[in-house]
Amino acid sequence: MPDPMTQGIAAGRLDATQIARNFDDLHAPLASHEAAVAADRCYFCYDAPCVTACPTAIDIPLFIRQIQVGQPEAAAVTIFEQNILGGMCARVCPTETLCEEACVREAAEGKPVEIGRLQRYATDTLMARQGHPFVRAEPTGKTVAVVGAGPAGLACAHRLAMKGHDVTIFEAKGKPGGLNEYGIAAYKTVDDFAGREVDWLMGIGGITIETGQALGEGLSLDALRADHDAVFLAVGLGGVNALGVEGEARDGVEDAVGFIADLRQARDLRDLPVGRNVVVIGGGMTAIDAALQSRLLGAETVTIAYRRGRDRMPASRYEQDLAASKGVRLMFNVMPVAVHGNGSVAEIELEYTAERNGSLTGTGETLRLPADQVFKAIGQVLTTDGGLELACGKIAVTGAGRTSADGVWAGGDCASGGDDLTVTAVAEGRDAAEDIHGALIG
Amino acid sequence: MADLTTTFLGITSPNPFWLASAPPTDKEYNVRRAFEAGWGGVVWKTIGEDGPPIVNVNGPRYGVVYGADRRVLGLNNIELITDRPLEVNLEEMARVKADYPDRALIASIMVPCEEEAWKRILPRVAETGVDGIELNFGCPHGMSERGMGAAVGQVPEYIEMVTRWCKQNYDKPVIVKLTPNITDIRYPARAAKNGGADAVSLINTVSSITSVNLDTMSPEPSIDGKGSHGGYCGPAVKPIALNMVADIARDPETAGLPISGIGGVTTWRDAAEYMSLGAGNVQVCTAAMTYGFRIVEEMKRGLSQWMDEKGYTSTADFIGRAVPNVTDWQYLNLNYVAKAKIDQDACIKCGRCYAACEDTSHQAISMSPDRVFEVIDAECVACNLCVDVCPVEDCITMVPMTPGEVDPRTGKTVEADYANWTTHPNNPAAQAAE
Repeated sequence: MPDPMTQGIAAGRLDATQIARNFDDLHAPLASHEAAVAADRCYFCYDAPCVTACPTAIDIPLFIRQIQVGQPEAAAVTIFEQNILGGMCARVCPTETLCEEACVREAAEGKPVEIGRLQRYATDTLMARQGHPFVRAEPTGKTVAVVGAGPAGLACAHRLAMKGHDVTIFEAKGKPGGLNEYGIAAYKTVDDFAGREVDWLMGIGGITIETGQALGEGLSLDALRADHDAVFLAVGLGGVNALGVEGEARDGVEDAVGFIADLRQARDLRDLPVGRNVVVIGGGMTAIDAALQSRLLGAETVTIAYRRGRDRMPASRYEQDLAASKGVRLMFNVMPVAVHGNGSVAEIELEYTAERNGSLTGTGETLRLPADQVFKAIGQVLTTDGGLELACGKIAVTGAGRTSADGVWAGGDCASGGDDLTVTAVAEGRDAAEDIHGALIG
Repeated sequence: MADLTTTFLGITSPNPFWLASAPPTDKEYNVRRAFEAGWGGVVWKTIGEDGPPIVNVNGPRYGVVYGADRRVLGLNNIELITDRPLEVNLEEMARVKADYPDRALIASIMVPCEEEAWKRILPRVAETGVDGIELNFGCPHGMSERGMGAAVGQVPEYIEMVTRWCKQNYDKPVIVKLTPNITDIRYPARAAKNGGADAVSLINTVSSITSVNLDTMSPEPSIDGKGSHGGYCGPAVKPIALNMVADIARDPETAGLPISGIGGVTTWRDAAEYMSLGAGNVQVCTAAMTYGFRIVEEMKRGLSQWMDEKGYTSTADFIGRAVPNVTDWQYLNLNYVAKAKIDQDACIKCGRCYAACEDTSHQAISMSPDRVFEVIDAECVACNLCVDVCPVEDCITMVPMTPGEVDPRTGKTVEADYANWTTHPNNPAAQAAE
């Protein structure tokens, strides 16, 4: 029987009904009249700030006007022209810090046009009613290798295929999608949207995906360069930063990204074990997603411990509030100093911090929280660089993703520059594809 | 609270809000509900000749034009005059008038352009005890094709003739309802006056096709795949009607002729505007059809509060107050110079003013890289388009220049004296007169 009070890390804390409710769509899709009303709020601004704020520069006023006039499919084409993963971005973009933050109605009345939800309405409508909206150009005979089937790789592959090139995507994992498939909170992408979106994207033709193919493990950059006219690397960040504290190796101390991936791939979320008392170390979206979903799985207490103040937290205020509303406790200015327990973790010891002259130091005051599961979410690192030049721990790129090697481009989280966001990865993949196309066709 | 009691043609009603002759006033049941809801008067749905009842279509009678959130901006209809027997209507009118002696009740009539037809019906209407009659010379659909309604209203001679018959055969007030489907509303109004009308009411509905169904290629409302023009009404027609009311109010030949204002009256403010342009009261239809009879409460309270704020104690205090300020273009003061001014604190930086001015007007608004929008006085002609498209009320205003200042656009000093086109040096007629 489900029992939320089970000690330690255990599956089945909640019953099926509660689990289904907890992991339902975060924001229900807009019905068509709701969409019409929401769309009508758009002022069709001149040189609209929302477009400037969008990493993929979607013509937002135009697509919203297209919804207004009753053509959501046409609106979707406007979106997909700029962002082929506009469906996922509509779900996962931190719109509150991008387009919607820039919306003039946010300035005017603190209530922006619901750009994200409108984008979802348009893209969902097209994906449900029509097939693939773009037609592939005549084959060019050129071949491009894309390494990594995450947002950057998919966006790049799609744009290249659309221009007539033959693209092979090499993906290390068993499924394409990258963090869309293995990361991101489940309640933001329900009903296997990530998988369906990849299938739909592949409708352009000219793209082959080979899974189980990891760079450095049987796949070499030199061989890829030899076999293809160009290579685009979008391998993401494969490693997780360590806490570097005593007791980190105890059972129950896990990577948040691994937990989220297990959750996303679980057939039945009741089978996924979670601690009764969970502590998440970190302050980004991964920390929020791990913490919030731990709560939704039935953890009794979940705490996010972030070493700096709230104003420095990378996760947006909206995400912080969402987590808090589900019962996650947010602690600021605390850093882990030790993991205690007898074999498995039982407690985590935190030290309060203060920022002095820009550097963070412990104040000496500590506290202990009961914890039978500790998630590390303090950033990810590049594990596969293909021997390319690096900048700040990432593959150094200039312009539209050009690396230090001829014929090799890179984009997404593995490449320098840009935020580690789905939408940024899409923009980088798309722009690299245009650059590759220019280089191949001259 | 200001007293809204209004006397129109000697007919006193507790407020100036009457329901127009239309579907909402077709039956005793509806009219009683209207009076219970507080309407000051009712013009009963138009009655026709005795005989076989009128036949209506059995499909959609109304088409619609929506604004945001399906807000009704305009309705059009292809319904004809009452399709109930004359005797039933007359009996009901008599009963309702007897029960609501303090309310205005007017019978709207449409019969063929034959004196005998009018002579037959007028005594029967008189027997009901209603306060007056309204001659329906306005409906643009259906009946007009049979030589009635707008077909009469479009021929001033017919208006005058029929009005005269009515005045000769009926001794209570006669209101002539005018169609807007003409080129100059003053002619039918003059005709009505010459025929002896006690008042005109306007406008009736505007000939219209509200939309086309692009799947079936049929106009809406569609009856078995076909549509015909209907009569358009609602907020969308108000500007047209206001102009026509003002035209009649300031025409020397019809000056003083009482007017009942009709066309898109939806709020107290609409009513106040009609009345300021000379209407002695207003008639309402679309607003009631959209929201129900209860909306009269807002109208009454709103008008009363506004009157209190302005110090008006009677509707007579403000009726016609705006008429002297309606003039012809040639008499507008060309020495009045204004410039747009943008309140930077209120500006939300949408840039609509910039797009409108830059693309479609006078390139008189500048835009900085950080989205600060400012008026270039040397280019601004004060056209007001930026004010009109700005989503923030009072963010952009038109500020008059003070006499003695130099208009940077023209380089001329703003003069205090009034001067209009009739004396302007560029006016060939003005020069010829010298």
